[in-house]
Amino acid sequence: MHIVVCMKQVPDSAQIRVHPVTNTIMRQGVPTIINPYDLFALEEALRLRDRLGGEVTVLTMGPPMAEDSLRKALTFGADRAVLLTDRAFAGSDTLATSFALAAALDKVGREFGVPPIVFTGKQTIDGDTAQVGPGIAKRLGLNQLTYVARIADLDPAAGTITVERRAEGGLQVLQTRLPVLITMLEGVNEIRRGGLDDAYRAARAQVVRWSAADAGITDLASCGLKGSPTIVKKVFAPQGRAEQVRQVPTIDRSADELAADVMAAIFQTQPALEEDLLRFAAGQ
Amino acid sequence: MAKGDANSFQWDDAFLLNAQLGEEERLIRDTARAYSQDKLAPRVVEAFATEHTDRAIFQEMGALGLLGLTLPEEYGGANASYVSYGLVAREVEGVDSGYRSMMSVQSSLVMHPLYAYGSEEQRRRYLPRLASGEWVGCFGLTEPDSGSDPASMRTRAEKVADGYRLTGSKMWITNAPLADVFVVWAKSDAHDGAIRGFVLEKGMAGLSAPKIANKLSLRASITGEIVMDGVVVGEEHLLPGVSGLKGPFGCLNRARYGIAWGAMGAAETCFHAARTYTLDRQQFGRPLAANQLVQKKLADMQTEITLGLQAALRVGRLFDEGTATPEMISLIKRNNCGKALDIARAARDMHGGNGISGEFPVMRHMINLETVNTYEGTHDVHALILGRAITGIAAF
Repeated sequence: MHIVVCMKQVPDSAQIRVHPVTNTIMRQGVPTIINPYDLFALEEALRLRDRLGGEVTVLTMGPPMAEDSLRKALTFGADRAVLLTDRAFAGSDTLATSFALAAALDKVGREFGVPPIVFTGKQTIDGDTAQVGPGIAKRLGLNQLTYVARIADLDPAAGTITVERRAEGGLQVLQTRLPVLITMLEGVNEIRRGGLDDAYRAARAQVVRWSAADAGITDLASCGLKGSPTIVKKVFAPQGRAEQVRQVPTIDRSADELAADVMAAIFQTQPALEEDLLRFAAGQ
Repeated sequence: MAKGDANSFQWDDAFLLNAQLGEEERLIRDTARAYSQDKLAPRVVEAFATEHTDRAIFQEMGALGLLGLTLPEEYGGANASYVSYGLVAREVEGVDSGYRSMMSVQSSLVMHPLYAYGSEEQRRRYLPRLASGEWVGCFGLTEPDSGSDPASMRTRAEKVADGYRLTGSKMWITNAPLADVFVVWAKSDAHDGAIRGFVLEKGMAGLSAPKIANKLSLRASITGEIVMDGVVVGEEHLLPGVSGLKGPFGCLNRARYGIAWGAMGAAETCFHAARTYTLDRQQFGRPLAANQLVQKKLADMQTEITLGLQAALRVGRLFDEGTATPEMISLIKRNNCGKALDIARAARDMHGGNGISGEFPVMRHMINLETVNTYEGTHDVHALILGRAITGIAAF
């Protein structure tokens, strides 16, 4: 089975600091990493490959330096890496990104075999939109399974897949037909670490590089800044949550009393919640 | 010259060391970094506090291929360059000098002599098991009364029927209490009193390796003595390929080279910690890093680390070309350890009261580096080696 994992190289946001005097973001010296959510997708793909055979291709769109992340993915065990890079892609929003990646996936299918499963992470840590995966699915006509916590069953012969999806109301068990695009939830597995042998293999591997033209993209008006209707109106630092913290004294209170105190403190700021809960309790 | 764009200068890689590495070297470094940060960093604080050495670390490093990585693949090595070996040392010591010591001893002081001076049988018997971490090795040169002057050693090998009887004791031996394999150096009566290497194995009659307790430095890395009370070994336990002090010195040169990289790894951790701390810590209504005194210290750290790493890379390239000399290694071992110690002390100071807490890495690195500055040739002895090269006069 051929599986493609779409990933993104992002700045390591854990190491981005806000300058204490000017309050601007200090971009300098911030290392780039594979979007951490994508690593859960990659590990899941590698596990499927190990179990069922086949190949894992990692695909990314980005500047030439995004090759570093692809090589890192090769050290984790991916079999092939494809870099989609072209000045025409600069400034892409999620619409333009999904357009370019869908075209590249089409080409990957023609060159290396059509993938029944395409993975992405649930979102990136820089954009946080969670839109690119579903965008790709829509453009390629793939069934989409988002926020997947576990692949419960995969039957390549029957062309079906069953997954557990974490949703607000609880765990959903979903089944659909292949081909499918899965966005993987965080914390569901742990990326394997390669050894020196993997480092050597990755260093010697040839990363496939495609320009827009190589990927068969002729509609450049749908790419990059031109193909991106999103406009960033304003950037601001959100208010610190610490300002909203309330303390509930715990001395000389039983567990039940404490729970009631906490609920009362919450209802004080969220009166609608109390009404909802009371209505829910009344069985409406 | 490149555009004077403010963003083209990287505060944490001022001379673009990363760009001077090959793809393989970068990925080997990343492998070591991921292991060090994911597996070593989470356990070092407790290991240091409780003086606990985790033997599993050898197997973990072995599984990744980090032990004896410069040796040929047929003996379990990775045929990697000495620059790669240095990069790995830097990453591991960025977490703790003790972990790097465990690795250096296994690779440079045990596997290297077995490969370079051992018989084919010895290579086959020991190297693959040491490379996988199944066996742990140690290296016995220093004695209670013989440190910088190893020629004064008292350990003796007497000729007996079919072999030798070894008597003596070795001191400050990294890994000894855990070791399965002991490479020890002794004056051999059968070789006109020349210093010869022997390979001993755990469990031999008369061989013991008690732990040295209450170390205040390198507490995550176990240290012991080697006591040889008439250990009788066969001829096959003599390292046939070398005679004289050049045997142990050939090993020490490799380990010292790795230390020059490793010490800079520890220094980088201290530098980065001091930067973060002084940017975050507000006093008098502004971050500590807004003070000239603090910025001057950070600039000194950055300068010494940049120069030290560049020097280590240069010697590594010469090592790989086969033209590095022991004096070059003395120069970088001495300089980088001394500078790393200065940096760690300054970083400790810049952390104020918090700097004495085990939750911050700086004081642990500082007290580790006291050892690193001393072992494998003290700061002063390496100066004398350079002094001899400069003047032609040995002052020791």
